[in-house]
Amino acid sequence: MMCQQCGQRPANVHFTEIVQGQKSEYHLCEVCAREKGQAAYQAIAGAFSINQLLSGLLNFDPSVKMRVNTPSAQCDECGLTFNQFAQLGRFGCPHCYEAFAEGLSPLLRKIQSSEQHVGKVPRRRGGAITAKRELTRLREEMRQRIAEERFEEAAQLRDRIRILERESSQA
Amino acid sequence: MSLGQFFQREGSHWLRDEGPESDIVISSRVRIARNLSGRAFPMIASGEDQNALLDEIATVAEQSDVRALGPFTLLRMADVSVVDKQVLVEKHLISPSLAESNGGAGALLSPDGELSVLINEEDHLRLQCLVPGYQIDNAYGQVDRLDDAFEEVLDFAFDEEKGYLTACPTNVGTGMRASVMMHLPVLMATGQMNRILPAVTQVGLAVRGIYGEGSDALGNLFQISNQVTLGQSESEIIGNLHGVTRQIIEHERAARQRLLAERRDQLEDRVCRSFGILAYARQIDTKEAMQRLSDVRLGIDLGIIKGVSASILKELMVAIQPGFLQKYYSQEMDPDERDGRRAALIRERLRTDGIAQS
Ligand SMILES: [Zn+2]
Ligand SMILES: [Zn+2]
Repeated sequence: MMCQQCGQRPANVHFTEIVQGQKSEYHLCEVCAREKGQAAYQAIAGAFSINQLLSGLLNFDPSVKMRVNTPSAQCDECGLTFNQFAQLGRFGCPHCYEAFAEGLSPLLRKIQSSEQHVGKVPRRRGGAITAKRELTRLREEMRQRIAEERFEEAAQLRDRIRILERESSQA
Repeated sequence: MSLGQFFQREGSHWLRDEGPESDIVISSRVRIARNLSGRAFPMIASGEDQNALLDEIATVAEQSDVRALGPFTLLRMADVSVVDKQVLVEKHLISPSLAESNGGAGALLSPDGELSVLINEEDHLRLQCLVPGYQIDNAYGQVDRLDDAFEEVLDFAFDEEKGYLTACPTNVGTGMRASVMMHLPVLMATGQMNRILPAVTQVGLAVRGIYGEGSDALGNLFQISNQVTLGQSESEIIGNLHGVTRQIIEHERAARQRLLAERRDQLEDRVCRSFGILAYARQIDTKEAMQRLSDVRLGIDLGIIKGVSASILKELMVAIQPGFLQKYYSQEMDPDERDGRRAALIRERLRTDGIAQS
């Protein structure tokens, strides 16, 4: 089978994607698959992983592409450049997340549901992080109570926040 | 313990046994990605560093907390032959990319193949649990305990904002991919899938057909998995997966009963005709084989075909997927040769079950 996009090269990337109930089939060559990055995103996250597809998404998205040429964008621990990341679709080391934070942000907003982790925390580091999360949650709840003019409940929350703040500053 | 068992065709728990709701759910799988802090990811790590990690993980695997969840056998990919790697891939014990990687790639395997740890694949560690039927909580529970046991002695790369840091940003956060593989022949045949799908995609899940050479949803097998790994907790992700999976199970079951009540004769004819073809065909392509296997499996689940073990058909559905078959045999095979081998493989399996004489 030939690539359904260009008709020039054999199609060796096949996938079916179903987004919002719309089913689409793709039979593409690797070149076109890369260009189709946005649509193809559905395929990378799962069992059908193609190295090139994330890089397709990166190169496809102008808000990300713009930042590729930022000269400072290089990880000072592993030496990977943002440009290389955009081609490989993979980071070189954990520090890359900090080094490329700016370029990564629009990408994460696109492919994830938020930029804040809310899941499991390594057990040995758990304590401090859990307290911090609890504080964030309580402050948010307090704001809501105030907005709803439920001041008595808000005051109780404020007291709990103060206790927690004192505890975590001593730790 | 001998390594031989991992290379035999039978023996993986998820292929052998059925598990809960196995009339619809073929298997459940949870995989989490973990990396060690302050070290280059496998893609750019030197061979020396990769081997050092492999040795380190081998030592950790012997610690009592980890051992209690195995015991694990370490396979160094450098020591495994090409054919054996392909068998491991076919059995879903290792990923295709681990089989292809050189240098310090390896895997820890539990005796029944349920739990495994891929080392130096895309991430330093990929902890995975694969179980038969609908057991997503069991799968997550096992992986979660293994993660805790590893974390006792290893410092994972973790960021308060971004969560567990992974080589690819599509995995960052929980690092988790949870999925169920479902057999949905009647929802497909009656066109009801389209009504169900919008609900699935709205909660950050994706439905994918098991695809191949220009066809969608071969054998009516669908995989439902989470897309999002950042901004949802493990329990939210699994909760969403449960909600959707349960709905689909109910829809498929109801549709099957309707079909049985309203069009039993046609259904029986289709199922038995497919069985006959699988038992006697000398040439069969993937698409037809998957469809016939799907028919036969439906026949078994509805009690139309008796005495055939459903697990053998599950195993066949996996073993004849185009990628698997092509990898298992040589890449150079022409299509006719492939169709012949596929037909022989199916006849042989049915014969082992003592059903078909060909
Ligand atoms: Zn093309
Ligand atoms: Zn780096």
